[in-house]
Amino acid sequence: MATMTFARAINAGLRRAMEADPKVLLMGEDIGSLGGVFRITDGLQKDFGAHRVLDTPLAESGIIGTAVGLAYRGYRPVCEIQFDGFIYPAFDQIVSQVAKLHYRTQGLVKVPLTIRVPFGGGIGSPEHHSESPEAYFTHTSGLRVISVSNPQDAYTMIQQAIACDDPVLYFEPKRRYHDRGDVDESVDPATALSLGSAQVLTEGRDVTLVTYGPLVKTALDVAVAAGDEGVSVEVIDLRSLSPVDYPVVEASVRKTGRLVITHEAGQNGGLGAEIAASITERCFHYLEHAPVRVTGFDIPYPYSKLESHHLPDLDRILDGVDRAMGRANSLSNLPGADD
Amino acid sequence: MLQVLAPSGERLPEPQLDPWLQDLDGADGAAVLAGLYEDMVVIRRIDAEATALQRQGELALWPPLLGQEAAQIGSGRALRQDDFVFSSYRENGVAYCRGVDLSQILRVWRGNASSGWDPFAINMATPQIIIGAQTLHAVGYAMGIQFDGADAAAVAYFGDGATSEGDVNEAMVFAASYQAPAIFFCQNNHWAISEPVSLQSHITLAERAGGFGIPHLRVDGNDVLAVLAATRIALDRARQGGGPSFIEAVTYRMGPHTTADDPTRYRDANELEDWAAKDPIARLERHLEATGVLDDALRQRVADKADEVAAVVRAGVISMPEPEALDVFKHVYAEPNPWLDRQEDHYRRYLDQFDHSGATAGATTEGGRR
Ligand SMILES: Cc1ncc(C[n+]2csc(CCOP(=O)(O)OP(=O)(O)O)c2C)c(N)n1
Repeated sequence: MATMTFARAINAGLRRAMEADPKVLLMGEDIGSLGGVFRITDGLQKDFGAHRVLDTPLAESGIIGTAVGLAYRGYRPVCEIQFDGFIYPAFDQIVSQVAKLHYRTQGLVKVPLTIRVPFGGGIGSPEHHSESPEAYFTHTSGLRVISVSNPQDAYTMIQQAIACDDPVLYFEPKRRYHDRGDVDESVDPATALSLGSAQVLTEGRDVTLVTYGPLVKTALDVAVAAGDEGVSVEVIDLRSLSPVDYPVVEASVRKTGRLVITHEAGQNGGLGAEIAASITERCFHYLEHAPVRVTGFDIPYPYSKLESHHLPDLDRILDGVDRAMGRANSLSNLPGADD
Repeated sequence: MLQVLAPSGERLPEPQLDPWLQDLDGADGAAVLAGLYEDMVVIRRIDAEATALQRQGELALWPPLLGQEAAQIGSGRALRQDDFVFSSYRENGVAYCRGVDLSQILRVWRGNASSGWDPFAINMATPQIIIGAQTLHAVGYAMGIQFDGADAAAVAYFGDGATSEGDVNEAMVFAASYQAPAIFFCQNNHWAISEPVSLQSHITLAERAGGFGIPHLRVDGNDVLAVLAATRIALDRARQGGGPSFIEAVTYRMGPHTTADDPTRYRDANELEDWAAKDPIARLERHLEATGVLDDALRQRVADKADEVAAVVRAGVISMPEPEALDVFKHVYAEPNPWLDRQEDHYRRYLDQFDHSGATAGATTEGGRR
């Protein structure tokens, strides 16, 4: 067991995947000698050569589109999109080509492509550097979307994503890159918890708190704080955003009767809405309260002095827990408030 | 614009292309020419048959290639089987050269599947609808060829309109930077649906490639020999490690964009007349007549072959099996997906309510439970 940062864990996972399969290659802007702007690919070009770790021209559609051609040729490309806000120029290739190729060829062409996206806010960046675009992709059939929340998962799941015969968007919470954690490098990705599984991180009786990526750490803090106030919170790390592991969420909600979902992305049409609806359909008679969402606002990502207001934090999520519990909360005194 | 055959059918000296056509002057030259002639006549016939099938309601839509036979056969016949083609929707002549099972071409246009053939069986990706997207796929594939140390090439087919798309420009950037063995084969058929090529570019399309550092040739696209030679030049460069090439084949779409289009709304009848005089098949015919290759026997043999192929195409379309209702869920993912499995399961239960008829698409009538 080694202690390493989140960033280092992805790097170690990439290295292991490249060692295991010569068809794995990395592509992206600045990922070669620089090791990427976040240094996730640090040292890999030196060790595997410029044909396995490609510095690409500055053309996001080009990165994804040529990766599709490489997949046709039997390669398993791992593309880095430098920042969340720069994935949009590649959107067409991702949703029209990558997502649909297997379907439109009746399964004859596989696209084992991994697209790594450093995403989310909280690092004081200029605009286009802090976005949470995951819902665009969870809405697109043919893609798998995952988000990792800790170094061990980062290490294991990057290998699982690369081994997966479906295209995978791998969302990395960039504000957690420097967090440290234990990583068991001897873990076998084939037998580890699968890419599509959610994980219950803390058991609780009163409220199920569902989240992923950057907010998992915050959610764990919420569970501790709520515990101090006598509320027992069960935290679920979704890990897979498409497909969502509903059986795990469902089992938890049947037990707790209350659901809070939190994410940095805006609320409208977001993943929280999907989970609230699906759980209501599946567990209506078990619910003691309507599902509660605590999300970023429906605004363009704000300039950095305001981002702490936009991003759900411990107190806002606790407020959401209070709402789900029917305790005094920020909406209690509103006319027509839900409690 | 490079030309080997004048519209009159006369063979013109062309120092850049002639060295690549030496096989035509050898012992088998007549057979090679007769082969090109047969291919062009056959694909024109396939095209006409498909148009007829669409008019008869057997196909939902069809994009005719009438007028572009020389561009497609000249280039398609230059390729080796280990080269890989990424095309758009109009390159059925190229698919024919690759050896596609003919009725599979029409599967998509009948609406029975979203792709017709196995790309790896004929080394040609299934047709692309998103304009220009396939050029990046070709370049990526070419990069893979390069990494594998193979001497094949990847060929991207696209139209004049496509050259305005970002992807085509990004593809040229990637191809030039990595010196990938990719061929950009642009069929400038003068129209992108209703938009003239002048709206896409102020300079020739071939010249644009120069800006990316990609060697380029502009050839008469109605001259099958010029196209053949140009493609051979580009392939040779790719195989020798010389990187990408761009070919602009200047041709003309003599029919509508698709069977849903009405070109009389945007293009002048005189223009069509001018281009009809440069018809690629008539041109080769004149040449073959003048050189004594084309006689009544050959003419008859080729006509018979075209009839035979057309009959296969028609029979293939009409006997095509209908897809099953639950096929709609197939192949979205390569690996199991519980969310989709659940939707499929729900839909199966829904269909099961209708006595025994649920399994086949179209078997349930619209409206009301039975
Ligand atoms: C990205 C995209 N935009 C628009 C269309 C609609 N469309 C289909 S064909 C076409 C014209 C394409 O012209 P060109 O590239 O010259 O090819 P041609 O049809 O002449 O072979 C357009 C605009 C499309 N398929 N894809």
